[in-house]
Amino acid sequence: MLSLVIFLPVVAALVLIVLPGLSDRLSRWAWVLVTLVDFALLIGMWAAYDVPAAGFLAYEERLEWMPSVGSSYHVGVDGLSLPLLLLTAVIFLACAVYALKERERPRQQAALFLFLQSASLGVFAAQDLIVFFVFFDLSIVGMYFIIAGWGHGNPARSALKFFLYTFLGSLSLLLGFIGLYVGAVPHTFDMVELARHPALQNAPVAAGFVLAAIVIGLAIKTPTFPFHTWLPPAHTDAPAIGSVVLAGVLLKMGTYGFVRIAMPMLPDAWRSWAWLIVIVGIVSVLYGALVALAQTNVKRMIAYTSVNHMGYIVLAVGAAGVVSDSSEQAQQVAITGAVVQMVSHGLVTGALFLLAGVLYDRRESYDLSAFGGLAAPAPRYAAFFAVAAFASLGLPGFSGFIAEFQIFAGSIGTVPWSLLALPGILITAALFLRASQRLLTGKPRGLSVGFSDLKLNEVLSIGALLVMSVIIGLFPRFLLDLIEPAASVVVNLVGR
Amino acid sequence: MSPDVNPSGWGQLLLWLLIGLPAISGVALCVLGRAANRSAAAVSLVTAGLTALTAVAASIARPAVDVPFLTGFTFGLAVDALSALIVPTVAVVTLAVLAFAAAEGTQAPARFHGLMLIFAASVAVTATATTLPTLLFAWEIMGALSYALIGFQWRDEFRVSAGLTAFITTRVGDLGLYAAAGAALAGGTGLTFADLADAPPGWRDVVAAGILLAAFGKAAQLPFSFWLSRAMEGPSPVSALLHSAAMVAMGGYLLLRFAPFLQATGWAATTAAWVGALTALLLGIVAVAQRDLKQLLAASTAAQLGFIVLAAGVGAVAGGTAHLVAHAATKSLLFLAAGAWLTALGTKQLHGLRGVARRWPVVGVAFSAGALSLTGVAPLSLWATKDEVLAGALAASPALYVVGLAATALSAAYAGKALVIVWSRPLPTTRDAYDTEQQGTQHVGLWERIPLLVLATGAVLLGVLALPPLGDQVRLALGAVGEPRPTALELVGSAVLAVVVVGLVAWKRVPEPSWAANWLGLERAVYASIVAPVLWLSEHLARFDDAILDRGIHSVARRAVRGARRLAHFDDAGLDAAVTASARGGVRAGSTAAEVDTYGVDVLVEAVGRTARQLGRAARHPQSGQLHQYYAQITVLLTVALVLLLVVR
Repeated sequence: MLSLVIFLPVVAALVLIVLPGLSDRLSRWAWVLVTLVDFALLIGMWAAYDVPAAGFLAYEERLEWMPSVGSSYHVGVDGLSLPLLLLTAVIFLACAVYALKERERPRQQAALFLFLQSASLGVFAAQDLIVFFVFFDLSIVGMYFIIAGWGHGNPARSALKFFLYTFLGSLSLLLGFIGLYVGAVPHTFDMVELARHPALQNAPVAAGFVLAAIVIGLAIKTPTFPFHTWLPPAHTDAPAIGSVVLAGVLLKMGTYGFVRIAMPMLPDAWRSWAWLIVIVGIVSVLYGALVALAQTNVKRMIAYTSVNHMGYIVLAVGAAGVVSDSSEQAQQVAITGAVVQMVSHGLVTGALFLLAGVLYDRRESYDLSAFGGLAAPAPRYAAFFAVAAFASLGLPGFSGFIAEFQIFAGSIGTVPWSLLALPGILITAALFLRASQRLLTGKPRGLSVGFSDLKLNEVLSIGALLVMSVIIGLFPRFLLDLIEPAASVVVNLVGR
Repeated sequence: MSPDVNPSGWGQLLLWLLIGLPAISGVALCVLGRAANRSAAAVSLVTAGLTALTAVAASIARPAVDVPFLTGFTFGLAVDALSALIVPTVAVVTLAVLAFAAAEGTQAPARFHGLMLIFAASVAVTATATTLPTLLFAWEIMGALSYALIGFQWRDEFRVSAGLTAFITTRVGDLGLYAAAGAALAGGTGLTFADLADAPPGWRDVVAAGILLAAFGKAAQLPFSFWLSRAMEGPSPVSALLHSAAMVAMGGYLLLRFAPFLQATGWAATTAAWVGALTALLLGIVAVAQRDLKQLLAASTAAQLGFIVLAAGVGAVAGGTAHLVAHAATKSLLFLAAGAWLTALGTKQLHGLRGVARRWPVVGVAFSAGALSLTGVAPLSLWATKDEVLAGALAASPALYVVGLAATALSAAYAGKALVIVWSRPLPTTRDAYDTEQQGTQHVGLWERIPLLVLATGAVLLGVLALPPLGDQVRLALGAVGEPRPTALELVGSAVLAVVVVGLVAWKRVPEPSWAANWLGLERAVYASIVAPVLWLSEHLARFDDAILDRGIHSVARRAVRGARRLAHFDDAGLDAAVTASARGGVRAGSTAAEVDTYGVDVLVEAVGRTARQLGRAARHPQSGQLHQYYAQITVLLTVALVLLLVVR
């Protein structure tokens, strides 16, 4: 079942490739249909999901692959991966719906996105480091072609920069994986085994180097300060739906790696270096917010707020590594918050990038100061943008609050200095309100004049993402019930 | 959860209705937007009416609910003695304000009434919250709605930026609640209000500081007061609800709720008392100096909230609560009257409002009831409630009492100033101010007057909450029986003081010091000391990001390319030559061997030689100088290394 979910999109992609005669219209709808089916399958899996015992998985599948190197095709889900699988399916579905009006090579685009969807689902389902790595790299390749092939501005350059930078990160990751493999007794790439019997427990220096390799790899992907400079150009030049997948899904591979790989597999090293992770988190939060405040290009602005939002996650996972006798509740709160933030950021930033895409679609500009008073010609657009802005600044009632409140409460609960990151939510609020004001209020001017309001497919795709953020914001239990058991497993693993 | 609440099923339904009714209608109105414009006012009034009834019922039934919400933290609501007074007050004021707004008519009625109803729901949650996450949840939504309502007329950008100032300033305070939650966790306690007191001393102090910060922000206490001045750009009904009875008042309410907790930490109570007293004093001076009626009322709101904060600080909970309720009725009445005149005459400048009470006597009388209550003239409501607060201040510290008494005199001065102007005969120049801020309608309708009269009744009578016999009941319910009471001398003295000051104001012109006229220069100071440096930092960091960090990465990449080229050169000159040579050597060795040995070896060796030659040729291919190709090579190398590692082990 899980493999079907993972590979259905890529099979569909192959079909789209081998049928060059397929009309554009049909390929667009086929894409929507496949993503819808994949989403429905995942919903079904969620409905039938039983919380597995600590250290075990649901929907586990395992096939011999390279037995000599201790690597197998091993996939499975738990409370950390299922939310991200669902998020992936939702994001790609929203992209497919948004792209219903795509004019440029829709068949190839659909195939490429379906391929990328499989790669992304594979990353979150993987329970073997080699499988993880393969899917991880395939996602980079897929995104490279999306930016290079459908981007604007200077797409070749941005795509290359994205590719080189994140590929370098993945190599660092590979180095770390090899370190884990070598350090494990018996040698294995199996993630479940590696979490159960952590490698290098008695070799702090080696464990430190392995952790460094893994953390640098994940930090580039996340990205955290100072490894984030590939992100703004990649977003700016990517097509709208490319940005959505990049921010909504690909960045999560970095943060997911922290809770899935770094924390449980190198608990000693993680605890020793947690202070550094906390600092990186705090700096990313503040730096991302401050640099975003200075941006005039709406896409660059959202890109930097991603650095800020990912910083909260890094802060939380770092703080959760600071273990004391009384810290268990705070640690669990922090990790749960971090996972909710992954989902929340995917939904909300996805919506924001689609909204930015609408600007470019209508006027080929992301320049905030070129617009103004959009609320008059495009009231629906204005309402959606304002709602998305409030969702992104962490207003209660949206998913971001559920995430950020828990991240802050949990992080301050273990590391009081996390207080320093609090101004981040203030600066984010200021920058989003300032951007909304520039873009939407006042008299219509510049590129706003005659701006046509959101179309049905735009309303559906953006609206669905925002509605899901609201549902999580008001009734978070259904998501938290899924995440909390897995978060407490991580707390126990890192506290060993 | 307090012991005086009743967690039964029907009561819980009341509590959910109290929040759900306005929340759902409000969201529905906002989502439907223009389509609901025609029915918006009716829906809004029915909802607000039912909500008010529910609020009264809930304050009798005292329900409590507690449902799972976050990781280990519940969403808890309860109506206890304190909220039993606050919740109906807010609900009734909401109804009155919405009735006035419906009668007056607003732009985009669906959006207006929708936002106001969602706001009312969030206030109900704030007032009944029993856990920190619940409080913060509603607290920040109130802030966001104040942004949306202040900037309601979004075509005017200055109004939207006023909303932004209000939201960001109050959110600075909100950060305190995030910090408080973290500190409570660090201290190992839960996040229900009842648990917070168990936090160990150091952490308890952080919790207290967080609560103070949040309350000062919302209640527009010093140094946050300036946002309330900007907030006057919003429509008058918004000011009547948000900036009198609800949002601002919730800041004071929070401290009243936490008064015992603040007392337990000591310094927090003292801080609250002094910040409250000084705000009452300084914003009283600011109010005296204003020439715009709404600005005067706004400064007065901050000053009156100062009395409530003072009450919480000195532990005069009964007095503070009574003052909060009486002030809610009084101030919303005054804001609505100011709004009615603004609509009718197109001005809120005091010199333009000269004689306006004569022209619309019903509004004038209602306004006068509110203004007289504000002056502290007996027996109107704020007279008794404020004296109860001052009695608490006297018991705590004579200095606080003196500051509080001076603030009382200032209340009499600014309220008297407004009162005198609206009843004076118009001057020939008065008309010049008409229609300067908007086009006046020269009309105040019947249905706009009725809510004013309802609120005026409250402004006159609600002093009973602080006087026997009802006052005793209130004290009993709030568990505040032992709190100090004003003596007869204090009651009479303050009333005399009020009358004297009003008389002085009527007789002589009030001084309007310029340092107070612009709200103590607070906004400019905050801009210069915080906003401007942050913007500067943000610009420079952005430049640093582009010029140093990103450029740095590029230079590393360039150096890598250069290094790769050098390697390629070495590859060409050294390795490739070696490969070719060894291939040649291989071939030679092969042919020598062939002469000696069998065919099989010969074939094999030749194959090796051929392969080596091909490899030599191939090795020259990748030296293209293209970075990504070098990258691919590195990958291949690493993969080979991996495979080797796995094979060798």
